[in-house]
Amino acid sequence: MKAKTVVDWPLDLHKVLTETGVRQVAYVPDAGHKRLIELCRADKKMRAVVLTTEEEGLGLVMGAWLGGEKSAVLMQSSGVGNVINTLGTIKECRFPLLMLITMRGDEGEFNPWQVPMGQATQTVLEAMGVIVKRIGTAEEAGPVASAAARLAYNSYAAVAVLISQRLIGIKSFQDQASR
Amino acid sequence: MKTNLHRRDVVNALLADRDDLMVIAGLGSTAWDITAAGDHDLSFPLWGAMGSAAMIGLGLALAKPRRRVLVITGDGEMLMGLGSLATIGVQKPANLSVIVIDNERYGETGMQETHTASGVDLTLVAKGAGFRQARLVTDRKGVDGLHRMVHGEAGPNFAQVKVVAEKIPLVLPPREGALLKARFRRALIGPAADAL
Repeated sequence: MKAKTVVDWPLDLHKVLTETGVRQVAYVPDAGHKRLIELCRADKKMRAVVLTTEEEGLGLVMGAWLGGEKSAVLMQSSGVGNVINTLGTIKECRFPLLMLITMRGDEGEFNPWQVPMGQATQTVLEAMGVIVKRIGTAEEAGPVASAAARLAYNSYAAVAVLISQRLIGIKSFQDQASR
Repeated sequence: MKTNLHRRDVVNALLADRDDLMVIAGLGSTAWDITAAGDHDLSFPLWGAMGSAAMIGLGLALAKPRRRVLVITGDGEMLMGLGSLATIGVQKPANLSVIVIDNERYGETGMQETHTASGVDLTLVAKGAGFRQARLVTDRKGVDGLHRMVHGEAGPNFAQVKVVAEKIPLVLPPREGALLKARFRRALIGPAADAL
């Protein structure tokens, strides 16, 4: 039997950001994105900008693009609820936008209060004209994110990549706190 | 708070001899103010995204660290994005100034009082968030000092300028968002803006 290879999907996502030429990475601290955030913070070619709320990230994206820099926003699906109105300006001005979003309230969720926003995430994004791509397995992470980044920057489009809760694998509050 | 400053005079003074200064203006009266001072390719007046002006200034300031960036916004718009002051305080961009034109009113919705009318002190918030300097300005001498701050002093800089609450004629910038974005990028980056 062939040995199972473990795909380091946060590393693959970081590679996509590097290949895309992303210089500013906005994020709200998130357990699912913990490793990717650490990779971006350690990367001297990227400015990692910690936010107090996700909509700040969309402002940063707009300013970065006005100044000629590419950027990305890392958030949890609950954060999608915080960016809806700002997405209107992104669309009206045709700012490219790449959002990498870890899902909550989806598969194996332990906190029922996460479920309403998690279940509405894709619908809400699509209602605002955002193109939504999903990553269901670790193997898909690199290729899907890469295609999404090219779509955003080649088409001046707002693109969200939803990363399945299966990849994040948090099963309980205790588990989350111990990470 | 007592003041005899008028918003258009303040903004005209800030933008006099603006050279290559880049300007982001928040939704509402400040977008009309910077347009009244003279529409410019390196101005990005917001018609939406209330609460985002300061963060757009931050993204721009980080992308162009050798150029000066000015965010001009109203008290209502700033109050909607208070967290962004904290985020700027963490990044500490030396080339960014945020100036709040504070009439203590929501000018576009019927001049209702904002929180600053009840004494909420934005200057103190900016100080607490880690801005290098944060000033409260209520007279013409203070405005003259702000021009030096915006164009040359190391930031992040913040100022809250108290102005008279008055309804004045709208001077509207172009409304087409993609146009405002594209003209700004071309003016800043040149033809390469279209190839990025």
